[in-house]
Amino acid sequence: MSMTRNVMVFIELNDGKIADVSLELVCEAGRLARKLNTGVVAVAMGYDARNELMCLGGFGCDKVYYTDDSRLSFFSSVPYAGIMVSAIRKYQPGIVLFGATTMGRDLAPRVASALRCGLTADCTQLEIGDHGIRDKEYKNILLQIRPAFGGNIIATIVSPESTPSMATVREGVMKMAEPDPSGKTEIVMEPCCVPDEDFLTEVIQVVREESSVNLKSARIIVSAGMGAGSPEGLLLVKQLARTLGGVAGASRPVVDAGLMDRCCQVGQTGVTVRPNLYIACGISGQIQHRAGMEGAKRIIAINKDLEAPIFNIAHYGIVGDIHDVIPKMIKAYKAKA
Amino acid sequence: MGLKMVVTVKQVPDTHNLSGDAMKPDGTVNRNALPAIFNPEDLNALEEALKIKETIGGTVTAISMGPPKAKDVLKECLYRGADEVILVSDKLFAGADTLATSYALKCAIEKVGGFDLILCGRQAIDGDTAQVGPQIAEKLKINQLTCVSEIVEIDERSVCVKRSVENGYEIVRSRFPVLLTITAGANEPRSPSAKRVMAYKNVDSVVCETAYDETWFNPQSCNNVSRIREWNTQTIDADPALCGLSGSPTKVKKIENVVLTAGEVKQIPNTDAGIAGLIHELIEEHILG
Ligand SMILES: Cc1cc2nc3c(=O)[nH]c(=O)nc-3n(C[C@H](O)[C@H](O)[C@H](O)COP(=O)(O)OP(=O)(O)OC[C@H]3O[C@@H](n4cnc5c(N)ncnc54)[C@H](O)[C@@H]3O)c2cc1C
Repeated sequence: MSMTRNVMVFIELNDGKIADVSLELVCEAGRLARKLNTGVVAVAMGYDARNELMCLGGFGCDKVYYTDDSRLSFFSSVPYAGIMVSAIRKYQPGIVLFGATTMGRDLAPRVASALRCGLTADCTQLEIGDHGIRDKEYKNILLQIRPAFGGNIIATIVSPESTPSMATVREGVMKMAEPDPSGKTEIVMEPCCVPDEDFLTEVIQVVREESSVNLKSARIIVSAGMGAGSPEGLLLVKQLARTLGGVAGASRPVVDAGLMDRCCQVGQTGVTVRPNLYIACGISGQIQHRAGMEGAKRIIAINKDLEAPIFNIAHYGIVGDIHDVIPKMIKAYKAKA
Repeated sequence: MGLKMVVTVKQVPDTHNLSGDAMKPDGTVNRNALPAIFNPEDLNALEEALKIKETIGGTVTAISMGPPKAKDVLKECLYRGADEVILVSDKLFAGADTLATSYALKCAIEKVGGFDLILCGRQAIDGDTAQVGPQIAEKLKINQLTCVSEIVEIDERSVCVKRSVENGYEIVRSRFPVLLTITAGANEPRSPSAKRVMAYKNVDSVVCETAYDETWFNPQSCNNVSRIREWNTQTIDADPALCGLSGSPTKVKKIENVVLTAGEVKQIPNTDAGIAGLIHELIEEHILG
């Protein structure tokens, strides 16, 4: 063990299975730990998941602090945050990483609030570097890099005056390495000290749906962005998709807002599509969205903002309101076909 | 009696219309340089509270932390049916990150007191962090249910909601008090009521030394003109060290502008003829069937 504080990863378990993003983060934690000459540890909580956690060794995790309790088989904010806070207090990591999933984004802020430490959401890059505040120079701290203001700027955030530095990262952002079959991890069983009265969330039903629409094989995709992110706008997008014999897709904020299914998301953290025709309705064209659709043979962009970056990659640009343009397209197609 | 509900609302820069120089050198936003709007998902949170009020009864208090200009969003709350609106404003709050913001809001919500339900928008479009809601819940030591896309059932003691999660959803229940964060998919926010706009368009704020003094509830003194309570660090008994920049562990080190490469694009005029021409071209080239 080295002198510097470890890099810690929260391991998300869904139905007793480790989320991909947690594995990606263990790999990223390894990269940061090598720069800091320190180790990687993980914290997990759940029920009967000890065996599942053994694979973390292959990804470079030295130790897993695991709390096993039947009451922890489903996520519940207060108990999960309580366990995470105790683990951080006990093992004093320098950095803590969470997946920016609905669970991670629920849990991490609660933990940061309890510990009064800095937290940066949805980082796209993590680095180690130095930063000066007034006359004090902080060495080897976590640089948390993320887009802000609708992706118009990239900000580097630091929080050297509080420990640990915490960040959430979306699935698919960090690379998952091939597991090393000889890698071993030590599983340290932690007692569950959460009283019954802290289990305030009663889980009534958990539904995981298999993706129903197949975007990948679609020849024509009509995608809704936030510019079509109202029930009315979505209706138009779906109508156009149906009229043209295509399927409807969406940008991430539309999916995050619960307006469309997760399986419809096009982009870096959604699906990558290569249709013959991609119609982007009210999509600004941020890099993460483009990553998933740039391979389309033809791209039509409809956006009311002439300056929207989507026009830089579109083959056809229509500057206008989707509520006005889409009905015209439906009408024109019906007239021709 | 009905439920006592608190909704947190934020005035945000319209992040689709800004450039890098809308930032000040210290890395905080120069909000004055941008058009300011009601954070979209906060409107969904307000709508959900108003719906609950209509079905099972109760009161809706909207709170916003921000500069004096944030009164605009509080007026919007009054126009839609909020019973009480509070502006939490102080120079000491400037430069607050999510932790310092949640601390100030927690202090204000404690002054309101006796709440059953706190509703927040899932996230604000300037930072997209989704952190303030959970942090308020932690500071108040209450439960939270995030990413709520539907209120399935509610009674005087508990609420049952649908949370949208990766590849599906969860139905969960919690007793009060609880904090919910509401997504855009939950509802279609109502428009302001014309009658209420007439009634409240000229209201202004009054700085309150104490959160609630007796005169406020005297119907004679409760005139519409001073309808927005304005609370500062002293009113809410906030520790200045935990507010604003000094209470914010995160600092902005660097800001870079995103540059997107330019390419060739064929402009299609937004006219019936223009669009018919495009459709024709795509059919000719067998892109469309
Ligand atoms: C790590 C990471 C991963 C990500 N992965 C993805 C991903 O996989 N997929 C993805 O899509 N995003 C992803 N994002 C998010 C991405 O950065 C953008 O935030 C997102 O793509 C923006 O979605 P949007 O274009 O729908 O919304 P906005 O950026 O809000 O744009 C809305 C657009 O609609 C226009 N508009 C508004 N009203 C109208 C109207 N009435 N008519 C016509 N136009 C209108 C506006 O001018 C604007 O250009 C990711 C981000 C990060 C940080």
